[in-house]
Amino acid sequence: MSHSSSPIRAKFWTPGVVVLAFLMAAGAVTIVARYIGGIGYVSNLTTARPWGLWIGVDVASGVALAAGGFTTAFLAHIVSRHYYEPVVRPALLTAMLGYTFVVLGLLVDIGRSWAIWKPMVFWNPNSVLFEVAMCVMFYLNVLYLEFVPIVVEQYKGRVNLPGPLAALNGPAEGLLKIADLITGKLMWIFIILGVVLSCMHQSSLGSLMLIAPTKLHPLWYTPILPLLFLTSAIAVGYPMVVFETTLVTSSLKLDSEMDILAPLTRFTVFLLGLYLALKIGDLGVRGTYVYLLDGTAQTNAFLAEIILGVIVPWVMLVLPRVRQSRRGLFIASSLIVGGVLLNRVNVFVVGYRPPISEANYAPAFGEILVTVGLIAGLMFLYRFLVTYLPVLNRPKQEVSA
Amino acid sequence: MDLSRRGFFKVMGATGAGLAASNRPARAWQSRAPEDPYGCLVDLTRCIGCRKCEQACQAVNGLPEPEMPFDDLTVLDRKRRPDEKSFTVVNRYYSGKIDERDQLIPTFVKIQCMHCQDPACASACIVGALTKKENGAVAYDASKCIGCRYCMVACPFEIPAYEYHDPITPRVMKCTFCYERVAEEGKLPGCAQICPVEAITFGKRSTLLEVGHKRIKDNPGRYIDHVYGEHEVGGTSWMYISDQPFENLGFIQVPEKPLPQLAETIQHSLFSYLWSPIVLFGMLSGVMWGFRNKGDRDIDHEGENS
Repeated sequence: MSHSSSPIRAKFWTPGVVVLAFLMAAGAVTIVARYIGGIGYVSNLTTARPWGLWIGVDVASGVALAAGGFTTAFLAHIVSRHYYEPVVRPALLTAMLGYTFVVLGLLVDIGRSWAIWKPMVFWNPNSVLFEVAMCVMFYLNVLYLEFVPIVVEQYKGRVNLPGPLAALNGPAEGLLKIADLITGKLMWIFIILGVVLSCMHQSSLGSLMLIAPTKLHPLWYTPILPLLFLTSAIAVGYPMVVFETTLVTSSLKLDSEMDILAPLTRFTVFLLGLYLALKIGDLGVRGTYVYLLDGTAQTNAFLAEIILGVIVPWVMLVLPRVRQSRRGLFIASSLIVGGVLLNRVNVFVVGYRPPISEANYAPAFGEILVTVGLIAGLMFLYRFLVTYLPVLNRPKQEVSA
Repeated sequence: MDLSRRGFFKVMGATGAGLAASNRPARAWQSRAPEDPYGCLVDLTRCIGCRKCEQACQAVNGLPEPEMPFDDLTVLDRKRRPDEKSFTVVNRYYSGKIDERDQLIPTFVKIQCMHCQDPACASACIVGALTKKENGAVAYDASKCIGCRYCMVACPFEIPAYEYHDPITPRVMKCTFCYERVAEEGKLPGCAQICPVEAITFGKRSTLLEVGHKRIKDNPGRYIDHVYGEHEVGGTSWMYISDQPFENLGFIQVPEKPLPQLAETIQHSLFSYLWSPIVLFGMLSGVMWGFRNKGDRDIDHEGENS
């Protein structure tokens, strides 16, 4: 294989990274406040609106936008399109960090963070959330295992811990050797397991709301909601790869990878088209198109989601001209990413209307700080790990040197 | 190539056989409602809005003292919801009917957990901290709870409240149906026992339904012909009869199908015995095997034209 990855060996503390650190600090202060004064101290959550920004963005959108991990693994490793290998590692890193921060976000959101292990002991197989939680737990571990070879590649044979830790060089080396041996032999299992677990919980996230038919707006409440969640997650996988690769390669001044990203989005034309067809078919079959012009906030959010987030970028990607322009590809991919994000927020927050109290909800400043802080933390760790581990594609000039 | 093709079909065949074997007839969803639970019938034509039930509830359940005393009826001037400090509240509605002295006649409505026969909260609860008991109560076990608040999302009556200001051990708070008093001491729920006008009748749910329908039949002019809770969300342990249409009194229309039915049917038909993940795993292994030497032969490099 011609492709190889390497640490980027660039200066770490750039102005952008400093900004991320400040945002993380603000989020951390808010999280401390949450553990002193309670969830009610930093959020606008109430009896009628128990789930808000944290579930809609940190958890539901976090899971959906981490779908690049299993969709690229499927492409490069299950159907052996090794051509796409260079985007697999960055997508895997995004997924690993994405799910890690989903769990961190959940720890802040659930009332008893210390009790998060209890679903492993007290099972309720009737609960959709139980299945989602089990899948997320297993998948997070699968992602860590899939990441092991990257660490092994960097450090095997050259573990050199500083100062008094040097005594641990031998054991660390042995550990890497064992990890290498195990993950090398069993990696195919983890790759398939990752796809299976993803299909399970990506869809079940949509089933979560099926228990609340009186609360979720009919534009979203449909028995095929789990199917819509699954197809949209699969469809957003490659656009998310384009989105982050373009951001990363332009901010780190690396090669744009256009020769990989352009053909990658041809799959998206089909996958996003499938999602669009299901979504429109659902409107027709259930007759919910009658709501489309009633001008309420819910309806407008739905229109924004489907027109700006699905139809416009789909039409853009159908055109080869757009697929081959870096700017066009980035805009279309950003719209798709934004559309899926808006869809998850719509299902869990905007479209959620408690019919008795008719309580409204807007996220508190504290909730926003936590969410922004977590996203900044994710980007910070991404930047840190690509600086020191072989994740990103080796720049072309270095290969030729 | 030939070899890999053959291997591929072998795996696919095995997968197909596995799929066929797991293709047993799908079982229909079954209610897990108790056979003969207790319940309460609230006759809204009898309630005088004295708030004694609120007071008894606070005492029996050891809830905090309210800001305004229970005999202060100005509390009724605005609509309230049960919260983490009060499991039941009484609200006042005016239907526009007036008495012989031209005074508006109020209707008082007591709200608390309906103790559904097939509770959405219990189906949703990730750890099974909420359960429907044989005696009808939907009980909460704080020692299992992780605080995800999915029960609050699931409840169609917006009942479970949360101790949002407790940072470490917040609880879900809702009417307990005085589970221990009823199950162990053989007493009535606090509110039903104290009610001075017998607006709340405690008894077996089947008996209460008979009582409710008899009152309606004996007094067709006085009552609306509807026992709220008989069929709502598949039936509830608390039920109401009224002289006003329920939609004017803060009651919402809910489906007659138990709410857990759809999600549970989907979950169990997809995931019982984990058959679908196992089949998917087998299929993907087959695909991976089949493609293992295939490489990128048929990739055309569209990007190169750019």
